[in-house]
Amino acid sequence: MTYTNPPTTPRKSARFDDYTLSEIRRAAETGIYDIRGGGTKRKVPSFDELLFLGASMSRYPLEGYREKCATRVVLGDRFASKPLELKIPITIAGMSFGSLSGAAKESLGRGATLAGTSTTTGDGGMTPEERGHSKLLVYQYLPSRYGMNPDDLRKADAIEIVVGQGAKPGGGGMLLGQKITERVAEMRTLPAGIDQRSACRHPDWTGPDDLAIKILELREITDWEKPIYIKVGGARPYYDTALAVKAGADVVVLDGMEGATAATQEVFIEHVGQPTIACIRPAVEALQELDMHHKVQLVLSGGIRNGADVAKALALGADAVSIGTAALVAIGDNDPHWESEYNKLGTTAGAYDDWHEGTDPAGITTQDPERIKRLDPQVGGRRLANYLKVMTLEAQTIARACGKSHVHNLEPEDLVALSVEAAAMARVPLAGTDWIPGQKGQ
Amino acid sequence: MATFDLAACPLRELNAELHRQAAIVREGGAAEQQWEILNPRGSHAVAVGVDAPLEITVRGNVGYYCGGMNQSGTIRIEGSAGPGLGENMMSGTISVSGNASQYAGATGRGGLLVINGNASSRCGISMKGIDILVRGNVGHMSAFLAQAGNLVVLGDAGDSLGDSIYEARVFVLGQVKSLGADCIKKEMRKEHIELLESLLTRAGISDMKASDFTRYGSARELYHFDVDRFDAY
Repeated sequence: MTYTNPPTTPRKSARFDDYTLSEIRRAAETGIYDIRGGGTKRKVPSFDELLFLGASMSRYPLEGYREKCATRVVLGDRFASKPLELKIPITIAGMSFGSLSGAAKESLGRGATLAGTSTTTGDGGMTPEERGHSKLLVYQYLPSRYGMNPDDLRKADAIEIVVGQGAKPGGGGMLLGQKITERVAEMRTLPAGIDQRSACRHPDWTGPDDLAIKILELREITDWEKPIYIKVGGARPYYDTALAVKAGADVVVLDGMEGATAATQEVFIEHVGQPTIACIRPAVEALQELDMHHKVQLVLSGGIRNGADVAKALALGADAVSIGTAALVAIGDNDPHWESEYNKLGTTAGAYDDWHEGTDPAGITTQDPERIKRLDPQVGGRRLANYLKVMTLEAQTIARACGKSHVHNLEPEDLVALSVEAAAMARVPLAGTDWIPGQKGQ
Repeated sequence: MATFDLAACPLRELNAELHRQAAIVREGGAAEQQWEILNPRGSHAVAVGVDAPLEITVRGNVGYYCGGMNQSGTIRIEGSAGPGLGENMMSGTISVSGNASQYAGATGRGGLLVINGNASSRCGISMKGIDILVRGNVGHMSAFLAQAGNLVVLGDAGDSLGDSIYEARVFVLGQVKSLGADCIKKEMRKEHIELLESLLTRAGISDMKASDFTRYGSARELYHFDVDRFDAY
């Protein structure tokens, strides 16, 4: 018998996969890192690895469509005389006019208002359209202070001091010149057409002791009416939460690395910060140790997509969640309707992430007047309201199945994990066991 | 003139009363427009959010953010001020007889801030239209990321003056220890001399010649990200 030398099947490297190879070639060609939005695209531990147990012999479920499962949430009643009362535990995250079109901001305001929740400004200030179409508007107080003025501060329903965000904890931002129209430039007090740096540190305070005094100032200016949120990226959630409470926050907004609307370097998005599932329990632990759990409300964001994510966040101790990317998708981002235009940009619907370049076919992340016309804010608002309603119904469905008459009654005991990693991060048992990795005695 | 003694009443009552009087002024009513604040003793957030032309004299030293977000008010501090004096002020005038700590006039969008002593680091950081005049020296990183407005320094400036400056103008009479990224010395043209003369006059200074100052501003070389300027980042 003779033996030939048969070729093996060509095998690509798991480490040097097609994307990695293309990125190396792109970097070699251009000499510049890749910037994009869209958040982390690699698989990281997530809420998908958690399951609800549902009711059984020892737990009574509630009747779907009949027995009430409440969703109301109050944010900011620690110190503020006018806390926010939301009908649903889902809010819209801060995204700037400038990065988003006016029509997109109006859509978010309309949708949030129809659903009975709040939306949030972003870097670049508050537009009249946004204020006008948002019943509850949270005003972000950012390091750049673009557009910051006390009149808008007083018009806001709450103030969110942004320390960091999940997509890039520790990073600032850059709005490229092609998105800087005359109006955007005027709001930011900068020349049109130039790249605009959004600072990574606040200009007039450093550290939590200073921040406490800054919060005092903001409260004094607004006569102690407005809830003060502090938003942090998913860096050191235990300490960040504890220090936010110490500084005097009414609400802590905690944004995991799946937070996706910010455009920044690919390497930053994929390699800085912790997944949302890893952030929440240390934050809740800090609140519990300070006897502040549910007294200082915790809003969790970063990759929230559906009612199951909402329910899991609440079960693990959040008071509400916040959505950004999902809200943009609801109003039309990455819609296959624009596939041919995505193709012209060298991408495809579902993968478009060059939100910073201002060429968004859907008219959302652009300042181009022709593209903006493609987004009808009334339609966008209705779509967002529908989506928020569905998420809420889904969370209620799960909560009822767990026997809860309020979504806030969900608890870690209702959950198990499908992986050791998720069990350790969420601090719930691995499915089929009573093992919570990392806990004392385990 | 009404008097408010911070040794006897809390800060909240002071600011609430100032806001109440400001509202009366805005509505055209008869308000108490002249105020004297006693015993500030380093209190933070004194006279913040004033949004009417009240005249406020603070007799003593103040802490952080005195006069923060001032609109139309005239605030005189007979003493020194802590960090963030007049931060994000929109209009009106704030003056301090002594020194000012870090971030004086930070992000200010309008009005005039006069510091008769020295100002510490980051004076005028991210300023967006405010005019700041410092009779003494300013510390390092002053006018960092300054977008618009004018910073006038009658003394010397510390390291990295005007780092990453945009369209703000900086006028310095004395020495500059070093300039920050993208900040350069610029020609004092006629319009700048006239502008500076106007600023000096507004600040009550008549014994200085505008032509003796040096103007600094942006080289505008960092306005667009350029990978070939790798070393600058």
